[in-house]
Amino acid sequence: MSLRSDLGRVRGLGSAKEGTSHWWAQRLTAVALLPLSFWFVWSAINLVGVDHIGFKNWLNENANLVLMILFVGSLFYHMQLGLQVVIEDYVHAEIKKVTSLVLNLFVALFFGVSSIVALLKVAFGS
Amino acid sequence: MMNTGNRPLSPHLQVYRLPLAGILSFAHRTTGVALALGALALAYWINAAAYGPDAFYQAQALMGHWFSRLLLFGWTLSLFFHLCNGIRHLFWDAGIGLEIEQVNMSGWLVLIGTILLTLLSWLAGYGLLG
Repeated sequence: MSLRSDLGRVRGLGSAKEGTSHWWAQRLTAVALLPLSFWFVWSAINLVGVDHIGFKNWLNENANLVLMILFVGSLFYHMQLGLQVVIEDYVHAEIKKVTSLVLNLFVALFFGVSSIVALLKVAFGS
Repeated sequence: MMNTGNRPLSPHLQVYRLPLAGILSFAHRTTGVALALGALALAYWINAAAYGPDAFYQAQALMGHWFSRLLLFGWTLSLFFHLCNGIRHLFWDAGIGLEIEQVNMSGWLVLIGTILLTLLSWLAGYGLLG
């Protein structure tokens, strides 16, 4: 019989020694993306063919800028987590695996951050 | 002949037909990767807006091209499939709906939901804007 607590047993599990945090983050971003995706599809439909001023005005309406930033943030976070699992499943050579994982993280961060900055720039720009 | 008795055999891959659950599981991953490409397209579209009116005009014109429309349709389909099947996964995580009949039933529901939501979105898009 083990005297360790349940929490002590799950801490640091898995090949990356990070326990359940990856799994949990994937579910959290998934739950966040449920309503945000419906909102985004509806918004995208309304933005078909809109010009620059129209897009800027739309971003400044209601909570659109905040929702858009939340959508982009959750999307790229969720994307990074998902692609990480795909890489871990199919890329086995250690160097290739680590390189792909780092690249995946950097690409996701780059596109996520640049999109958020771009949204702020459009919304607050002249 | 090896005596196989009554033991289960591993799937004979060339003639093995994946069950619905297997096809949907595979599709979840495939649509996920496809949506990653869609996310990059979204980033391009947003960044074009930050670059200026001309770049955004170009991006909007590009989105109107028939091939982009085809890609966008694929991404809409992928998004709604991944979303519906994702809900199914969340229920499984909560320990709900894990019996085989329930898994098959929810699988069909996911497919029906995906098709309905995709068609609804595109009808709304073309109905609103032509």
